Amino acid sequence: MLNFVDSVQAAVAGIKDGSTVMIGGFGNAGQPFELIDALLECGATDLTVVNNNAGQGDQGLALLIKEGRVKKMICSFPRQSDSWHFDAKYKAGEIELELVPQGNLAERIRAAGAGIGGFFTPTGYGTMLAEGKETRIIDGRGQVFETPIHADVALIKALKADGKGNLVYRKTARNFGPIMAAAAKHTIAQVSEIVPTGGLDPENVVTPGIYVNTIVKVAGSGSPAANTNPKVA
Amino acid sequence: MSLTETSIKSSETPLGRDDLARLVAKDIAPGSFVNLGIGQPTLVSNYLTEEQNITLHTENGMLGMGPEATGDQIDEDLINAGKIPVTELPGASYFHHADSFAIMRGGHLDICVLGAFQVSANGDLANWHTGAPGAIPAVGGAMDLATGAKDVFVMMTLLTREGASKIVEACTYPVTGVGCVTRVYTDKGVFLTGPEGVTVRETFGCTLEELQELVPVPLKAATAA
Repeated sequence: MLNFVDSVQAAVAGIKDGSTVMIGGFGNAGQPFELIDALLECGATDLTVVNNNAGQGDQGLALLIKEGRVKKMICSFPRQSDSWHFDAKYKAGEIELELVPQGNLAERIRAAGAGIGGFFTPTGYGTMLAEGKETRIIDGRGQVFETPIHADVALIKALKADGKGNLVYRKTARNFGPIMAAAAKHTIAQVSEIVPTGGLDPENVVTPGIYVNTIVKVAGSGSPAANTNPKVA
Repeated sequence: MSLTETSIKSSETPLGRDDLARLVAKDIAPGSFVNLGIGQPTLVSNYLTEEQNITLHTENGMLGMGPEATGDQIDEDLINAGKIPVTELPGASYFHHADSFAIMRGGHLDICVLGAFQVSANGDLANWHTGAPGAIPAVGGAMDLATGAKDVFVMMTLLTREGASKIVEACTYPVTGVGCVTRVYTDKGVFLTGPEGVTVRETFGCTLEELQELVPVPLKAATAA
């Protein structure tokens, strides 16, 4: 069932303690800051969070970690120059880390959305990130068995939604949005514009509305198109 | 092994970072699809020519990446894997993360250029983790790039600050990928790595014999093509 709600608070109200939450974004591009702020406000705790990183600076996911609401991070690149809240929790032994090569992270999320029980990949073979995992030689190459990552909720950011919940994104802000939308039981999208049904060209829909459950409009949620490269029409 | 029958090219002085980037750029075949890693490899883009018609991939979800954005070109929705604002070139395309890594993992990229802590004689790469106690590990797309691209080029200084060779018999740092590196560009020479060991293609500011003094694995001279 697709719901349009009026506030980010209403959008995240159903998120329960102990949930696995996927959060879109790579760096600031595509990061649903307003939804993350609302999640912080709503008090849900004991969360497992799936994101490429583990929060930057003093905003968004970093604050959720600082407040002790995240028991486990599943990510590929936690350590950054400004990931101090994660660093402190990790060093204090207060947060669990499952470190996943970025392509495995993406493919494991995709596999969950596609109903795939697992897959073999050469990525990570012979490295410490494959220790304890099933391996096989396929076509002469060592490969590692990887399992899907499912989630209770996905928080993503898109540029536009139509009345059917179809989504389009903007430039590299697309990143994890489409695969997280498919992998989570309940997908919440913040968008900068909601257009009437029929207002998106069906050929250009990136995430079909079947994957989307809750939509909230957040002013200025996508960057202004005026900032694009002037050389490109 | 014969160190005397050299058919390798040489230059008088070691190569600086920019000269090395220029050399890597020159070695990229026209029409290639290429991913440049964060740091020194990014310099290569400064020396790619229009005639080469190279398409750059960035793993956060784009082909046809243009130069770094400046001034009012800066758009927070258009960044590269290093989270630096970039531009798009005509013919660019955007895709989600699983598609972007399928481009890598599916063997569609011709070349990736990466930095490294160490490369072993058979092409094992170590570039993601020092393994130091207490260090927070972060891997990003390094393992996918190392195993997915058709050719993996490494750019690095040959020696550590302490003077140890980064080309080694076996990596002492945790590996990123096994037998994946095909070529190593350093300030002192260009090395080809693989199952047959290490072949020297070029030397910069030293002879092959002098290079052999520095590198603890047997070096062969490239045979004339």
